[in-house]
Amino acid sequence: MSDLTDLYQEIILDHNKRPRNHREIPACTCSAEGHNPLCGDEVKVFVSMEGETLSDVAFTGQGCAISRASASMMTGKTKGRTKAEARALGAQVRDMLLGPEDAPLEGIGDLVALSGVRQFPARIKCAMLPWHTLEAALDGRGAVTTE
Amino acid sequence: MSAPLDIVRVRSDFPILDLEVKGKPLVYLDNAATAQKPLPVLRAVDDFYLRQNGNIHRGVHYLSQVATDAYDRSRERVARFLGAAGPREVVFVRGATEGINLVAHGLADVWLQEGDEILLTRMEHHANIVPWQMAAQKTGARIVVAGVTPSGELDLEDFHRKLGPRTKVLGLVHASNALGTINPVADLARAARREGAVVLVDGCQSAPHFPVDVASLGCDFFVFSGHKTCGPTGTGVLWGRGEWLDKLPPYQTGGDMIARVSFEEGTTFREPPEKFEAGTPDIAGVIGLGAALDYLENLGAGALAAAERALLDHVTPRLREIPGLTIWGDVENKVPVVSFTLDGVHPHDIGTILDHEGIAVRAGHHCAQPLMKHYGIPGTARASFAFYNTAAEADALVASVGKIAKMFA
Repeated sequence: MSDLTDLYQEIILDHNKRPRNHREIPACTCSAEGHNPLCGDEVKVFVSMEGETLSDVAFTGQGCAISRASASMMTGKTKGRTKAEARALGAQVRDMLLGPEDAPLEGIGDLVALSGVRQFPARIKCAMLPWHTLEAALDGRGAVTTE
Repeated sequence: MSAPLDIVRVRSDFPILDLEVKGKPLVYLDNAATAQKPLPVLRAVDDFYLRQNGNIHRGVHYLSQVATDAYDRSRERVARFLGAAGPREVVFVRGATEGINLVAHGLADVWLQEGDEILLTRMEHHANIVPWQMAAQKTGARIVVAGVTPSGELDLEDFHRKLGPRTKVLGLVHASNALGTINPVADLARAARREGAVVLVDGCQSAPHFPVDVASLGCDFFVFSGHKTCGPTGTGVLWGRGEWLDKLPPYQTGGDMIARVSFEEGTTFREPPEKFEAGTPDIAGVIGLGAALDYLENLGAGALAAAERALLDHVTPRLREIPGLTIWGDVENKVPVVSFTLDGVHPHDIGTILDHEGIAVRAGHHCAQPLMKHYGIPGTARASFAFYNTAAEADALVASVGKIAKMFA
């Protein structure tokens, strides 16, 4: 049976309370808005690029603890990575939440804290929203919704 | 005056209340979304399918007649429940949403013109907003919105400022599903009708909680959803003043709402209410709804109101004590709906954690996005009580919310 502390681990609560890179990037290279109509999560992701590298990643918006923590951890893990690496990380998070039970988790670091969301299917969209939004920004699409 | 509720006996009428959720007893506090159904309602639905199932439409065989009689009896029952002039003023629909769509659609055809105003309030449910937006788009009419106060009541000054000779429709909620606050419908309807406006009242959160008399309310249309008054899902009622149901064109067409169909000579329609009931309805559902209204009447309106008032008076001060908690719509005159936010905790997280404790509340915008945007909040957690809830359940809610506040502090 799923335990609430699997979902609301200390690290999630910490990132929710003190989100990292929670700001706009005024002269960003690209950005996108994400919306989860079912629960009202909204996130805007800003990215500055230097060549193929994400030199700065930040986010704003209001949302639940899961979406905020996911966004906060995402900015930390993707800053300094290449576009390809950032996308691969997003795919790993998706696999962790939606893929087979034994999806490989190396390189995922702190993001493993989100693995508990898997047991709360109603909240998976919350965890994925910032990652979908980042993809949209990198693709040059302005907005995504989880519907 | 009715005897107070025997809560143990009442709860035994609702076996679902004994369900276990995630190893904890269910605490069902989402009654504003849908109410639970008592055994007499379930039995009425079963009985229909077991021994009465035939199609209505006055066929010549036994089952058809039995089904028709049961369906007609439900209509009379609803007419009595609302204080309608007669059963011909009661139209069965799938829910309040369909009822409002029916009226908005019809008024766009025969009533609204370019430059007319449709007055709504900022606390309306989307069902009493979007159909009017569509009607406005079609006809060139304008939507005007009466504001709300910080305490969650209608801003009456603003309302009267915005009501005027151009107002042709007033769409007004009786009790807010998002806040629980009750509007002075009779006064507002009188004012609107004096300006020549048609008045539609959304009674989804009033009909389950206190007696409604459409004559006293003075409105022209009244909708409520059967599934919120302990009836089956898929049932709802549109009450319409006789002369208005005569004026409105049909909404859905086809069988059973026609008098004569001809390719050569044109098709004619039946009188209301059949004019608005095309095709085979949810016969079993309607019969279940009649049984639900009987059940509520047997318990006694006074006893129900007293039980719900006691729950509201028990839970509200206890929630207020939790640090960082704000109750939206914290006024005296309300139905047992408590909408709250917790500083630093998103409603969605409140809802998930409460669910983990077996407590069912609704978290989000409650189909009232304009209201939430006005207050600058993403949504609220909403606990909505029914007469079958207990003070112990309210205490469980308070304890859990207190724990959540500490967890996120």
